[in-house]
Amino acid sequence: MSETLHIDWTRCDGRGLCTELLPTLLDRDDWGYPLAKRATNGDRSNVAVRPAHSEAAREAVYLCPKMALSLANQVAGFGQ
Amino acid sequence: MTPVTAEMPKVVDRQGPSGTHRLFAAGNDAGLAEHVQTFGALPLHGVDARLIDVVEASGLTGRGGAAFASWRKIAATVDARSGAPLERKPVVIANGAEGEPLSFKDKALLAHAPHLVIDGLLTAARAVSGGQLFIYATDAGLPAVERALAQRHDSRSIRLVAAPETFISGEASAVVNGIANGPALPTDHRRRLSESGFKGRPTLVLNVETLAHMALIARYGSAWFRTEGSDRDPGTRLVSVSGPAGDRLLEVAGDAGLGDVLSSADIDTSSIQAVLVGGYHGRWVRPMGYRLSPTGPASHTVRPGAGVVHALPDSVCGLETTAQIVGYLANESAKQCGPCMYGLPAMARVLNSLAYGGRDPQLVRELGRLSRMVTGRGACHHPDGAAQLVGSALEAFSAEVAAHLAGTCTKRMGRRS
Repeated sequence: MSETLHIDWTRCDGRGLCTELLPTLLDRDDWGYPLAKRATNGDRSNVAVRPAHSEAAREAVYLCPKMALSLANQVAGFGQ
Repeated sequence: MTPVTAEMPKVVDRQGPSGTHRLFAAGNDAGLAEHVQTFGALPLHGVDARLIDVVEASGLTGRGGAAFASWRKIAATVDARSGAPLERKPVVIANGAEGEPLSFKDKALLAHAPHLVIDGLLTAARAVSGGQLFIYATDAGLPAVERALAQRHDSRSIRLVAAPETFISGEASAVVNGIANGPALPTDHRRRLSESGFKGRPTLVLNVETLAHMALIARYGSAWFRTEGSDRDPGTRLVSVSGPAGDRLLEVAGDAGLGDVLSSADIDTSSIQAVLVGGYHGRWVRPMGYRLSPTGPASHTVRPGAGVVHALPDSVCGLETTAQIVGYLANESAKQCGPCMYGLPAMARVLNSLAYGGRDPQLVRELGRLSRMVTGRGACHHPDGAAQLVGSALEAFSAEVAAHLAGTCTKRMGRRS
């Protein structure tokens, strides 16, 4: 089962630690916020994480100073 | 497609209203007497989770904008409830906060048919075995609901909550947040509201018009609902039409032709250059040929969103109009999420430049880049809506874009010198 890295934009402050730990998954946008390189159905708040990056993703969750990241096996896909 | 019809036990022995004049069939300012006279009493004691099948067969979709299948939301709430302890009874919220400046149908519905909304809320509550019930609306909508609640004794469990007059106060997570905590700001929702919403309880948020339709479906069944509209868009919907002729509220069949909707609102389509459908998060289209339906190819259909149709007269520059709207949307950002907080003002600046004198062809490319950058990156879909609006404007007003880049404006009232 693949994991997804969820970005809570209401917490994220664009410190950029996650983008350094996960350079293959995340760029930074014009203002420093993490920018998923690949969108899943237009969703770039839940980033697919392959097993190879699982460890780095876990570290990013742990180290995010704003506690804006979380990892899960599935994402909410509701229209609300 | 032959729709499967599931029926609730019939208690009222009467036909539903025929034609598209449904929600306001009891007349203006309908009190309880007129309401019951017109629609019959609500067969509430016969309503349970089987309503989900009836709503599914009806094909009812949310009338608040997203057009999500209503039965799925109800079913998800029931699923979340099963096995949960008693104190986790679902919360059901009637959402009447239409922050969209071009929309007035929910205010009108609450003012003239409040009993239908209350019926719908009680019906949905029965279907999910709900506990706390709320009606959430801006000040304009509350007094009529308050009077209506005072007229009946089956609705004591309903609480009224005032919604602020902001663009995003009606977004589902903002609704829950506003009622539970005060600020009507969207929240990060990793989990669905149906699983964990108001104070962690399963929460069902339905638009007031959706609930009004549900109140009629509970009475007359799914087959009756489908006698108007099409297979892909059954039933009727309220449409707030605005434009040079003023504001008009219509109830139209699902899958209605855009041209017919404009004509019904007495708008001379020959004097219209484009129509904004779905509101400030919607899409600019040319009037001819489109049908209003939540599904269908984009070349022939346009999503009605919350039922907003705004006609732009020939004399007005569509780029200037869109620039003003994007400026408004940037200002209405909750400023919680970086991409929205910085991205929307950036888009507004570039579009302003294009609308008011900038001649750098890179402006168009920059708008595309910023739109892609903000899309899908927020607690709510505010940035996505703004990006969609801008993209449709560049397409619908492509001739205007070319004229502006060449230093002219094709519109008389355009501010170009």
